[in-house]
Amino acid sequence: MNYTLLAEQFFNGFQLGIILFLVAAGLTLIFGIMDLVNLAHGTLYMFGAFFAATFVELTDSLVLGMILALPAMLIAGLVLELSVLRTLYERNHLDQVLATFGLIIFFNEFFLIAWGPEGTGINLPPYLSGIITLPGGITVPDYRVVIIISGLLVAVLLYLLVSKTRIGMLIRAGASNREMVGALGINIKLLFTLVFGLGAVLAGFAGMIITPITQAESGMGEGMLILAFVVIVIGGIGSIKGAFIAAILTGLIDTMGRSFIDVALLSFMDSVAAETAGPAISSMLIYILMAVILAIKPSGLFPPKGA
Amino acid sequence: MLKKLILAAPLATMLAVPNVQAADDTIRVGINLVLTTPASIIGKQMKAAFEVAHKHLGGKVAGKKLELIFEDNQFKPAIGKQKTEKLIKKDKVHFLTGYIFSHILGASAPVGLKAGKIVVSANAGHSLYAGKKCHKNFFNAAWENSQTPMAMGHLLNERGVKSLYVLAPNYAAGKQMVTGVERTFKGKIVAKALTPMSLRDWSADIAKIRAAKPDGVFVFYPGAWGPAFFTQYAQAGLNKTIPVYNVFSIDGANLPIFQKRNMTHLLGTMNTNFWAPDLDNPATKKFVPAFKKHYKGQVPAHYAAQAYDALNLIAAGIRAAKGDVSNIDAVRRGMEEADFDSVRGKIKFGKNHFPIQNFYARKVVNKDGQWQLSRVGDPVLKDHAPVNSGNCKL
Repeated sequence: MNYTLLAEQFFNGFQLGIILFLVAAGLTLIFGIMDLVNLAHGTLYMFGAFFAATFVELTDSLVLGMILALPAMLIAGLVLELSVLRTLYERNHLDQVLATFGLIIFFNEFFLIAWGPEGTGINLPPYLSGIITLPGGITVPDYRVVIIISGLLVAVLLYLLVSKTRIGMLIRAGASNREMVGALGINIKLLFTLVFGLGAVLAGFAGMIITPITQAESGMGEGMLILAFVVIVIGGIGSIKGAFIAAILTGLIDTMGRSFIDVALLSFMDSVAAETAGPAISSMLIYILMAVILAIKPSGLFPPKGA
Repeated sequence: MLKKLILAAPLATMLAVPNVQAADDTIRVGINLVLTTPASIIGKQMKAAFEVAHKHLGGKVAGKKLELIFEDNQFKPAIGKQKTEKLIKKDKVHFLTGYIFSHILGASAPVGLKAGKIVVSANAGHSLYAGKKCHKNFFNAAWENSQTPMAMGHLLNERGVKSLYVLAPNYAAGKQMVTGVERTFKGKIVAKALTPMSLRDWSADIAKIRAAKPDGVFVFYPGAWGPAFFTQYAQAGLNKTIPVYNVFSIDGANLPIFQKRNMTHLLGTMNTNFWAPDLDNPATKKFVPAFKKHYKGQVPAHYAAQAYDALNLIAAGIRAAKGDVSNIDAVRRGMEEADFDSVRGKIKFGKNHFPIQNFYARKVVNKDGQWQLSRVGDPVLKDHAPVNSGNCKL
């Protein structure tokens, strides 16, 4: 067993988990509190990527560009909520799926027309494009460390917001029992708008920090959306804590599967069969995990209390 | 009585309107490409090349008007098939061409062939069609998937690469590319990774490459995959220790992206291809400047060159049949003879209707401030036919 490789893959899986968490946190809040199936959540991730790339190009500074992209994300989220999504709360889930699927198609085309099929990207400044060598020969790119640290920082801030503030209390209450919160005289419409804005900023932030690695392209949000749904189903819909643990778990399993399944299969299969089965099994792993967890705990690992 | 009249009226008009599409002074060519999604960086270059070829033909062949009808398959096999059906039934096209991705060709070509149309792949080089599934009405104006990586295998041997890590997306063409390099590379292949088509983050694979310490890495990441992969490879610092050799991953379609991102470490990177914009033949010399003028000043990729040849191939068939496209045997014979100025110089087809052609080594150079692929030395493979041509019983 190569422990250096194992450690590096652990790190890579953790980093994927952090990105997944940022996308899933907003999705789980919006689904859990507002009971809105928002397929366009991946679109917000794409918004973040294009906003950041554009602002970084305009300001010629990675940090400044990303800081400017955050309020832009908030505005985009609020506009989307006030103009389109607000009209969907009273509708059933199928209508919501149709309408938000329409948003995906609309914005994918929009970004394709506005930025072209080649998309855009962010070049890392020299101070972030090095690599760090840890004891044991473990090498990790600087920027991926930055992703992990900033993602964890956001997770802590989100935890403090949800568990220590009045807004957070309302969010938790909303996740447990929406009608009761409304009945107690809380302006539920305003709460929904704020939650959606927060979700948009989180997803956008994920899109921003991943862009220097994956580049920004139209349609980049869909793959992420599917993974994020897996995460919130595993974690329990409406639970931030569940989203965090499930995201890290999903990131680790996906990465570890892609790294070691083919090697494991080779130990008892011939190479042709292992080559075919390896990619197929590794891409199924997280769905198998989801099925197992749903069989044992149908409402996810950490369902909000009272839900 | 009135009711009957009302009912009869539309019927009467239907009878009265002559069938416009039956008028046969126009020859229609249906072109099925990816024109949306990030993969359209390839499709748009090919569309432009078809337009240039159309212009060079004067919009006419054998006295008949030539009409191009473009359709977008959205990078989806099912849509590709639907659009092929639409081109046949609604537009009543006489020829079908385009087809960039092998899995989309695989879904679409049978529909066209069954309808008795001549189908010309302008890019997708699905191996099956060169061998077992070859068809008298199927032509390929590009190559068979495994040929270009076979040339790369030879190049790797020449350069003394002893161990190789292989990466490609997990679909028909990806697997056939891998087969190609395996066939000619004499060293050891330390690992083969077929990555999901949706993959945008290669961190896990890059860590494995670092651990495996091969002499070189072979990749097939066409279109928008290329820039993302090479960016991450450089971020991991591996570009300084383990060189990447590619097929179809750094090409004329995505070079403007690499240049815009200023990825100068890629200058000098080698790949193999049947064509380069600096090949010395009349068609290439005429095509390259015309294309640059027509399409954003970009140097055409080999994709564009194939599209240019594909339309000229169809035109050669029409000329041979003296414009009577209903005489499909005459059209086919004309296409087999392929009497036209090809971007390859002279183009020659095998009995499976795939070109028998040279493959060159090319490297990324900065020429007059524009990054492009320049031919290096003599052909790596000369007059090369797909290895499975023998399986074709035509």
